[in-house]
Amino acid sequence: MALRMKHIEKGLMIALLIIGGLLMMVPFIWMIGSSFKPENEFTVIPPTLFPSHPTFSNYRDLFVKMDFVIYLKNTLIIVLCSFVGLFLNAMAGYAFAKFDFPGKNKFFYIILATMMIPGQVTMIPTYLIINQLHLVNTMAGIVLPGLVGAFAIFLFRQFMTTIPIDLLEAARLDGAGELRIFFQLMVPIVKPVFAVQGILTFIGAWNSFLWPLIIANDERLYTLSVGLSLLKGQYGTEFGLQMAGAAFMVVPIIIIFIFFQKHIIEGYTISGIK
Amino acid sequence: MFIAPAVILLTLFSIIPIIIALFISFTDMDLVGLADYSSISGAGFANYINIFKDPVFLKSMYNTMIYVVIGVPLVVAASMGVALLLNYGTGWLFKSFRVIYYMPSITNIVAVAVVWGYLYNGSYGLFNYILSIFGLPAQQWLQDPTLAKLSLILLAFWKSIGLNMIIFLAALQGIPRSYYEAAEIDGATGWKKLRFITVPLLGFATFFVTITTLIGWIQFFEEPLVMTKGGPLNATMSMALFIYNNGFQLSKFGYAAAGSFVLFIIIIIVTLIQFAVKKKEVEY
Repeated sequence: MALRMKHIEKGLMIALLIIGGLLMMVPFIWMIGSSFKPENEFTVIPPTLFPSHPTFSNYRDLFVKMDFVIYLKNTLIIVLCSFVGLFLNAMAGYAFAKFDFPGKNKFFYIILATMMIPGQVTMIPTYLIINQLHLVNTMAGIVLPGLVGAFAIFLFRQFMTTIPIDLLEAARLDGAGELRIFFQLMVPIVKPVFAVQGILTFIGAWNSFLWPLIIANDERLYTLSVGLSLLKGQYGTEFGLQMAGAAFMVVPIIIIFIFFQKHIIEGYTISGIK
Repeated sequence: MFIAPAVILLTLFSIIPIIIALFISFTDMDLVGLADYSSISGAGFANYINIFKDPVFLKSMYNTMIYVVIGVPLVVAASMGVALLLNYGTGWLFKSFRVIYYMPSITNIVAVAVVWGYLYNGSYGLFNYILSIFGLPAQQWLQDPTLAKLSLILLAFWKSIGLNMIIFLAALQGIPRSYYEAAEIDGATGWKKLRFITVPLLGFATFFVTITTLIGWIQFFEEPLVMTKGGPLNATMSMALFIYNNGFQLSKFGYAAAGSFVLFIIIIIVTLIQFAVKKKEVEY
């Protein structure tokens, strides 16, 4: 009896989970389906979830009619730069975990405090600083402000503190330089954190929208998101093109996420949010 | 040597900006001031006084309050519910649904806006079609002032379940199995286990999620920016969007900076209240 109740309960839970999940999926299904629709199928009533005459022309148009090649290139540059930032974060985390220097704790608390500041407060002054440095409308201006982040530094530090100092001492006695210790000893040990932060960094850079929108006035510097928002504004009625653009932005992220999702979920456990 | 690049960048783009923001919030800095610093003059508290007389700003405060009051409880309850469901089993089914619920959180806001804009479309959208199946009249999802707010909340709700669910899931996995086994020996039922073991032990996660969600909704920004630009009739204008508009559309840097400090102070106050409430709970 009790066992049967348990089965019914489990069945109910699964049913709830599936219904909720399908509802969450609706926009994605709608997007993918629509991205293959020819333009005349958008005004059909009732709307079709999947196209009756699928076509690739929307995707082709993104690259032929629009400048998505340039946007893609810019986005990939930002992704690459953000990985440099990832190493800077790791280095800072390493220093906080394993070195003693004056004001270490104060610096660390200040860095943590920066997490509290809303983006809207720093947005305008950061723009003024970038302007003062004559970096408006340059890739450097887009990339620099977001290069390092307090959360990543915090995560690297937390993880690196647990590594025994003897290991570093041993490497030093063997005559290894500090940079060599960092790259050949520390980096491999903290691979799990790199995995998590790497994915989050990639997602963040791939999706970067607001800052490039503010800093880049020139179409040559637009990212995919900015390009897509342009598409939304100028080609508001060309749904096929819009849906293909959206799918082009979303699908790679989902694929990467499915591959690495285990690491992300572990990452939250590592960071000690329990 | 290891620390210098990160500290310099953080100082330059996080700490110095605060000081600059505070400074310019007391000036009349605008586009002219950007080109020629000598034309900037002090404004005292004028920005702060004017902003509280600005009907658009007051409207944005009201809207932000609506977003918070509806959005925060919805997101916290739903993400906890989903996490509990997902924690129920370990098979492939549960693992795949974990991915499905998380997916909206990692997707690009512009892409989301494009897709949802089409879902909400008055003539060809899916939502109105579904309504018509049930014989309900079509809605102007993004054009009706009241409905537009709710439409944006629905979108943001969809987008923010995933991340918070992961936090709850991590917390659930940290609860030792032995607690449940002990309770089962004492004859506790599923509901009792949930109420007396799981929910209390999720206390810290709930607190964390509530604070971050609350701060997130107070800064509600990207959804109205890309979906409605604050319209119709400023009905979806949030405080953060107001700051952005004044700063980057109208180039009233000093005024916008004052607005950003009002926002900052609200966030600090709300966070402090949260911590005070939390402390009381622990003592109890």
